[in-house]
Amino acid sequence: MKNIIEINKVSLCYQNNKVISNMSINIEKGDYVAIIGENGTGKSTLIKSILGLKKVDEGKIKFNYLKRNEVGYLPQKNTSQKDFPASVFEIVLSGRLNNLGFKPFYTKKDKEIVIENLKKLDILKYKDKSFNELSGGEQQRVLLARSLSSSKELLILDEPVTGLDKKTTEDLYKIIKELNIKDKMTIVMVSHDLESAFEYANKILELKKEEYTYKKVEEYIHEDNCDFCEEEFDD
Amino acid sequence: MINNIIEMFSYTFILRAIIVGVLVSLCASLLGVSLVLKRYSMIGDGLSHVGFCTLAIATVLNLSPLLVSIPITIIVAFLLLRINESSKIKGDSAIAMISSGAMALGILIISTTTGVNTDVSNYLFGSILAMSNTDLYISVISSIIVLVIYVIFYNKIFAVTFDENFAKGIGIKVNTYNAIIAALTAVTIVIGMRIVGSLLMSSLIIFPTITSMLIAKKFKTVTIIAAIISVITFFIGIYISYSYNFPTGASIVLINILFYLVFVIINKVKR
Repeated sequence: MKNIIEINKVSLCYQNNKVISNMSINIEKGDYVAIIGENGTGKSTLIKSILGLKKVDEGKIKFNYLKRNEVGYLPQKNTSQKDFPASVFEIVLSGRLNNLGFKPFYTKKDKEIVIENLKKLDILKYKDKSFNELSGGEQQRVLLARSLSSSKELLILDEPVTGLDKKTTEDLYKIIKELNIKDKMTIVMVSHDLESAFEYANKILELKKEEYTYKKVEEYIHEDNCDFCEEEFDD
Repeated sequence: MINNIIEMFSYTFILRAIIVGVLVSLCASLLGVSLVLKRYSMIGDGLSHVGFCTLAIATVLNLSPLLVSIPITIIVAFLLLRINESSKIKGDSAIAMISSGAMALGILIISTTTGVNTDVSNYLFGSILAMSNTDLYISVISSIIVLVIYVIFYNKIFAVTFDENFAKGIGIKVNTYNAIIAALTAVTIVIGMRIVGSLLMSSLIIFPTITSMLIAKKFKTVTIIAAIISVITFFIGIYISYSYNFPTGASIVLINILFYLVFVIINKVKR
């Protein structure tokens, strides 16, 4: 398989504390990687570095087959969007921004891609609705459609299900899995929800203090040293 | 009333004020949507006080007020933006500090040199008489530049306003666009404060957006309606100011408040 992201001997700091040291992993095309670990272990820091928002302190993160701006990104929930007046179409269209370059306006093709993505996530009916009139799950779908509009290859999701109820969470996970299987998109997702991580991802990246484990899900679950799995699967 | 309006347009100084006023109202309302939604309204207020200070300096040095004020205010706008993003002092307090500091400096400069005369009160409260021909040209050209840049960057400004983190994540130079918004705001404020006054300028930025958000739910509609409201309130304001000899800035602001209240009531009734 082809490596889409190569993380080579990377060390990262968060507020002057080293959170990741000497990490070397490859993310292959078509992978679904769940990044798990307790708070403060550097999950979001790692994602920011992959996106190029944060400088890598040591080592190198290399992208193959796609440029850094060809990534789809779903950031953590942002409360300031609550009363923002914007239609679903306007928001999803803004995902095409990385394809705009120096052109000031979107083309017909941009709009077609957006419609296609709205259909794919079953939210075409909300196209002209206001974002803040939608439910939490619908809003996340809109933001997912926006990320899809910026990339056909790679989605980076930072805790996409925070604050959603069980049913909506499951639906969203299924959609993401479908994108992974049907559209062969590579998924990198930060998750607090271990059960779903084990169910849907094919690889687990567990971060501990300055240490990490990167394994296929099957191998990860069968390891004895896995602290999380037992408590998760006992009940 | 129609005779009154025709008469009003026959005065060159009012015509000048109207041309500049319409352009500034457009600029202020368009940028206002972004500033209000980004919670940057106070930057507008701070900049208008800084504008007062720079106008005071220009008057004392006998230089063209706009040519001095525009560049300095743009620089301060960048500074305020930086402070808002990264300072240890809370952003809004920092802006209040700079704003009252600039005001104090401006008043000090004026009172130790020319004294508080009509010129000064024009800057504070605005006057349609204050516009010279040079001012007119500079104002028209600058506000057209602001409008053109806004339209060119409209899509980027939307993305940066709605979700900075996402925009950063997909490789958009968010800081550059924030700086563009700040610079455009600075230019608009310096031009506009000659008419409505530095104390009232920020209301031209805030009111049209807030009113428009009561009825519109899309970003584009909010922007367009804000622009329309802004121009209409400007015309009514300047007409009242002319007819009853009221101060221009205050009239425009009070009409804006009236519009806001009417829209609030319409909104309540609709539900």
